[in-house]
Amino acid sequence: MFRITKRDKSSISDSLIFRSFGFAVGIILSMLLILLLGYNPIASIAALFDGAFGSLGGLRNTIKFAIPLATTALGLSIAFRMKFWNIGGEGQLLMGGTAAMFVSLIAGPNIPGWILIPSMLIAGIIGGAFWALIPGIFRIQLRTNETLFTLMMNYVALYLVKYLYHDLWRDRDPAKFNFPGIKMIQQQAVLPNVFGISVGIIVPLILAFLVYILIKRTKPGYEIRVVGESEPTANYAGMNVKRIMLGGVLLSGGIIGLAGAVKLAGETMTLTDNLTGGAGFTAIVIAWLANLSAPFILVVSFLVAGLEQGAQTMQLRLGVPAAVADIVKGLILMSFLGSEFFLRYRLVMTSVIGKNKRLHSQMKNHCDDPNVSDVSATRSAESDLTDDCAVRDEKAEVR
Amino acid sequence: MKKVLSIFLAILMIAGMAAMAGCGEKKDDVLKVGVIYISPEDDGGYSQAHAEGIAAAVAKYGDKIEIKPVANIDDADVTATNNAIDNLVNEGCKLIFTTSYGYMDPTVAAAAKYPNVKFCHCSGYEMNDTNMDAYFGQIETARYLSGIVAGLMTKNNKLGYVAAFPIPEVIRGINAYTLGALSVNPDVTVQVVWTNTWFGPNEEKAAAEALLANDVDVMAQHQDSPNAIEAAEAAGKYAIGYDLTYAGAPNAYLTAPLWDWGVYYSYKIGQVLDGQWKVENYWGGMKEGVAKLDNLSSLVSDEAKAAVEAAKPSVTEQGNAFVFAGPIYDQAGDLRVSEGTSMTYEEQMSMDWFVKGVIGELPS
Repeated sequence: MFRITKRDKSSISDSLIFRSFGFAVGIILSMLLILLLGYNPIASIAALFDGAFGSLGGLRNTIKFAIPLATTALGLSIAFRMKFWNIGGEGQLLMGGTAAMFVSLIAGPNIPGWILIPSMLIAGIIGGAFWALIPGIFRIQLRTNETLFTLMMNYVALYLVKYLYHDLWRDRDPAKFNFPGIKMIQQQAVLPNVFGISVGIIVPLILAFLVYILIKRTKPGYEIRVVGESEPTANYAGMNVKRIMLGGVLLSGGIIGLAGAVKLAGETMTLTDNLTGGAGFTAIVIAWLANLSAPFILVVSFLVAGLEQGAQTMQLRLGVPAAVADIVKGLILMSFLGSEFFLRYRLVMTSVIGKNKRLHSQMKNHCDDPNVSDVSATRSAESDLTDDCAVRDEKAEVR
Repeated sequence: MKKVLSIFLAILMIAGMAAMAGCGEKKDDVLKVGVIYISPEDDGGYSQAHAEGIAAAVAKYGDKIEIKPVANIDDADVTATNNAIDNLVNEGCKLIFTTSYGYMDPTVAAAAKYPNVKFCHCSGYEMNDTNMDAYFGQIETARYLSGIVAGLMTKNNKLGYVAAFPIPEVIRGINAYTLGALSVNPDVTVQVVWTNTWFGPNEEKAAAEALLANDVDVMAQHQDSPNAIEAAEAAGKYAIGYDLTYAGAPNAYLTAPLWDWGVYYSYKIGQVLDGQWKVENYWGGMKEGVAKLDNLSSLVSDEAKAAVEAAKPSVTEQGNAFVFAGPIYDQAGDLRVSEGTSMTYEEQMSMDWFVKGVIGELPS
């Protein structure tokens, strides 16, 4: 009935239409699910959008969620361009936050903010880059599987932070009654708010521009793309693949570490084992949805963050359980991602009957040729053909 | 194909806009009460105990209040906590209960940010002078009584305890349980395994299995899921629950220290409805009814039943002052609470040592 063929190239308008369609399918599936569970589907979806984008408060929360998502996805996109599957966003975020926390802990209250904040951000970059460097070196030197390695590094980071939280960096102020927890960051290190949103918002905006320029307009960006397309080609062209990959991995981890530091200084004010809120994993989906393109990463992050924020409004206004709100988030993302398939491939309806008829008549003419069937001398020479005819007859019977 | 898609999308957008226009705000005279839970409201443990308490308050006040619950907010995720509080305030909540320890700092910040909203934080110590309460209860009273049951039901004197985090709340519980068991059986020991999670069904099960492998024959727990009880049931041993009664392990379940949060939530919501709000550090016990011991199951021996009944009046009347009355020795054998005295509130709140009889380590 259908055949799957590859599309040559899809235009931007195609891409917009298909993605919107995927999004719409996700919404419709969600509405069906909500309806099945006995809630009002239209009011639920309205609450989802209204909660995310309908009010100033909602919009602020959406942007707050979007900042680490976008920054992390930008970092991941660089690694993914090299086909270095960095699944370690969670760990790199955590280590960025940890490094920034460390700077705040050792800095006294007398160090002014204009020194402390940049130091914390730089420490965050170093922390994230270092955490990506470890699997990076193993991948580059020993060709280990970076997917598993980066994934496992997440857990190492997680337990390291738990240890710091409960033990090494525990705030032992008697006023805390021995409850675990790390001190808040220094007062002067808190990123200021503009219109109720941390100034950290500028980080993904600037980075998106820089990453775009890097990938599209510079030599290192070109090299990163070539390495991703084919390492042998890059080698043949005289590129130093190891050096390029090392640089890309460090950049990827560094950007993600910066995201962790910005979140620490702008939002959480202290380090906990759930600094990331799952951003390291969600950002993987975002990077793919945006096709690794920096400007689209900003847009998609905003939408996905809106989904996160709106799902809670849906819970609050209609009493939809948290688990259902999570499923709705998943359905919409999955359908959105599924539209990717239709962008790359097209379904072609094949007329099965017409095609078989044509084949059939070709073979019939050939086997009914009197020169073939009547002249015995040529029979052996033509045995291949007659075998073909036998096969045809068999097939006809089966049919 | 493309045309069809475009038309379809256009229709969908119009439908969406129509839906948005249809929804408006109404009903402003009811008190909207927000509640933030760390796990699902039907987790079979901690959050469910709170949710049932909220339901009791709803049963009492009916249409005068409207509950806005947010479940599954990890209390180590500051952003999610902040946003949940923001969303509750945006939805018009004037009273917000944050039910897990980790919500404390975000609640403090929110209380400063929203002076017209009242906040109550469970199981921490921070409060302010105007709009933030701290609340918790003397669950140690019920823990002590459950310890008596365990002390008399064990055959080999090896008790086990699956514990979440080495923080004062959990340590108090372990000590109270051990003191209760020792009061009737001086030979018992209590082995502790940390899971480092409040709600981690897998970790809880693994910890319980580790204890069972160590010969423990009565399991107790300070966790949000009933998996430790399940593990004891599977191994044919006894178990003591927490938070909620548990019917899923008829051959293991002895009893459980329970919360009856309805007592507190009805009291606090009543204050706000009557315009009588006052900031306090609420710490009710068995006398108030916030903490209680579940009915003893049919597995519990008559001897243990009698011992619990004998201790109950003093425990109920005196609360934690009875549980933590001297002489109490620590693991090293040093006298920590001398005879004739009892631990102060501050000493209980910051408890960071185990009593003699506990086998387990605390981070220094």
